[in-house]
Amino acid sequence: MPKVIVDEARCKGCELCTAACARKCLVMSTTFSVTGYYPSVCCAPERCTGCGLCAQVCPDLAITVFKEEKAKK
Amino acid sequence: MLQVNRRPESLCDVKMHYCPGCGHGIAHRLVAESMDELGVRERTIGVAPVGCAVFADDYFNCDMIQGPHGRGPAIATGLKRCKPDCIVFSYQGDGDLASIGMAETIHSAGRGENITVIFINNAIYGMTGGQMAPTTLVGQKATTCPQGRDPLVNGYPMRICELLSQLDGTRYLERVSIHSAAHVIKAKRAVKKAFRCQIEGRGFSLVEILSTCPTNMGISPLDAVKFVSDQMVPQYPLGVFKDFEGGKSDVSRD
Amino acid sequence: MGDKLLMKGNDALSEGAVRAGCRFFAGYPITPQNEVPEYMSWRMPQAGGAFIQAESEVAAINMLYGACATGKRTMTSSSSPGISLKQEGISYCAGADLPIFFANVARGGPGLGNIAGAQGDYFQSVRGGGHGDYRTFVMAPGSVQEMGNFPLHCYEVAEKYRVPAMVLADGVLGQMMEPLEFTFPEVDPQKLREPDWALGASTGRKKRAVRSYALAEGKLEIMTLDRAQRYKQIEEREVMFETRQCDDADLVLVAYGTSARACAAAQKLARAEGLKVGLFRPITLWPFPKKALLELAGRVDSFLVVEMSLGQMIDDVKLAVECSVPVHLHARCAGAIPTGEDIFQQLQAVLKAGKGECICCK
Repeated sequence: MPKVIVDEARCKGCELCTAACARKCLVMSTTFSVTGYYPSVCCAPERCTGCGLCAQVCPDLAITVFKEEKAKK
Repeated sequence: MLQVNRRPESLCDVKMHYCPGCGHGIAHRLVAESMDELGVRERTIGVAPVGCAVFADDYFNCDMIQGPHGRGPAIATGLKRCKPDCIVFSYQGDGDLASIGMAETIHSAGRGENITVIFINNAIYGMTGGQMAPTTLVGQKATTCPQGRDPLVNGYPMRICELLSQLDGTRYLERVSIHSAAHVIKAKRAVKKAFRCQIEGRGFSLVEILSTCPTNMGISPLDAVKFVSDQMVPQYPLGVFKDFEGGKSDVSRD
Repeated sequence: MGDKLLMKGNDALSEGAVRAGCRFFAGYPITPQNEVPEYMSWRMPQAGGAFIQAESEVAAINMLYGACATGKRTMTSSSSPGISLKQEGISYCAGADLPIFFANVARGGPGLGNIAGAQGDYFQSVRGGGHGDYRTFVMAPGSVQEMGNFPLHCYEVAEKYRVPAMVLADGVLGQMMEPLEFTFPEVDPQKLREPDWALGASTGRKKRAVRSYALAEGKLEIMTLDRAQRYKQIEEREVMFETRQCDDADLVLVAYGTSARACAAAQKLARAEGLKVGLFRPITLWPFPKKALLELAGRVDSFLVVEMSLGQMIDDVKLAVECSVPVHLHARCAGAIPTGEDIFQQLQAVLKAGKGECICCK
């Protein structure tokens, strides 16, 4: 299953990634991060395809996406 | 597991100071990825502007110089003429490039200086607090045109790519946007091509990136990207204005 | 090396810079310094360097900012209004510790003024010129020979202390022809050591950044104080001046550049009359030869400062002599040149007045 890791310390809660995800895998957390923002979190890893579009629009390079090697082929 | 994306080596591993949703972070990444992929990081010199991106000299992992407001292309000219083997880029905002630095922009383009200019057009002044930019849209509010830009008082917004496309010295001009993931991917192609234009010694290249400044636009980051797609793109049509490949000089609208 | 040449001051300045290793020139036409970019336009490529006619003085100084950041010896030149335009860039170079070299072939001002030689840019040159707390190493040539020699010295001082350096000439020195000889060995820029701050290929080392800003609290003060240390060293070590017949003098004329030449004529007239008149010519205007003047003040009755400006350098002379003797002024301005006869007239009156009290304390 693909994996989306949001670096909470870098995320500034701009929400751009939530709009970029066609499968609505990302939502905003309801708790503050250490830097005082509501960071985004992956709420539905089972829906994630590992397309990486969330990372494309992240201005803070806070998102790292992993996916199965097979998925590439 | 396969890592789909990773932080480019050409970007220092530091947290950027930009506001939430600011387009600079994306534009920085596109420049850095291009440097990585073209293998030129260790021979690139970047010029940081005055404005929010003044700290770009801390973010790009290559030699950097920060200079006076608007003078990026002149500084880049000096660098390039002394270090012709280096790749030199100037990163500038709309006030920097299209207002105070217009002369340097036009003349470095006119000379066909073999440099790359990354032009961030977000239609507003950022660091100074939301004043009217040369690219502020008609009707758009700014702190120095609180009723909205009135052409009778403030004049009209400037289209830089169109302007520069008239100059024989320009080799590659493209306007892109970062208001969606698809556009970010396209923007990346343009930035990389602009660097390639320089690496191949073809002459002046500029990529205008329509970007956002949620803080000074006074709207959320999501509304800001909507503003870019709905308001800015009609005023600033996306596309290639000058292309060293195929010699096309007409705009291919996208 | 060693050939006797007949050159215009502006050409000598340019050739002197090339022989001192300058390999980048950017400038913009303005009278009376036009010969400099004209000369550099062919000489620079011949020497393997780059010449750019910039779109403005503003662009030219910023091209220098970039070029100098690569560690090369660079030059720009202009005349008064153009130097005003360059001040922002000069301030940035001072703030970024870049050893640029530039020349002001000054003319009458303020404003567009005229195109005659003048010394009205003294304050602008020695008091900073641009914004912020900084100094520029300023050399004032008095002959075409010195126009040719001073670029090399400017580069050496500028690089040693990482400060901008300039030649403050004027339209007279720029336009006049005199014989000169380049006696210093020509500098091969390839053999100069690349400074450890120069930008370029960063393979095998950490990235470098050239900048003039520091926003973290207290950091800019630390940077500025570090620079102040270097300024202090320059004041201690790099002062240059010339004295003529000051040993027995009752009155000493103080003048630089073109006005010092007029003073030499006046001194000749005075000495022919048996009047004990000396001539003190500051060569570096910053650092100003304060110590030497103070020392001299202990031995003479008075000073007569001669300027092609409304009394600018006289402030530095007064500060230097600490009100110990009267300091008089002979000023012409706006492109007018003092004559030996006029100065001779005034020095006779000053001598008649004798030692007396300091004028400002009276």
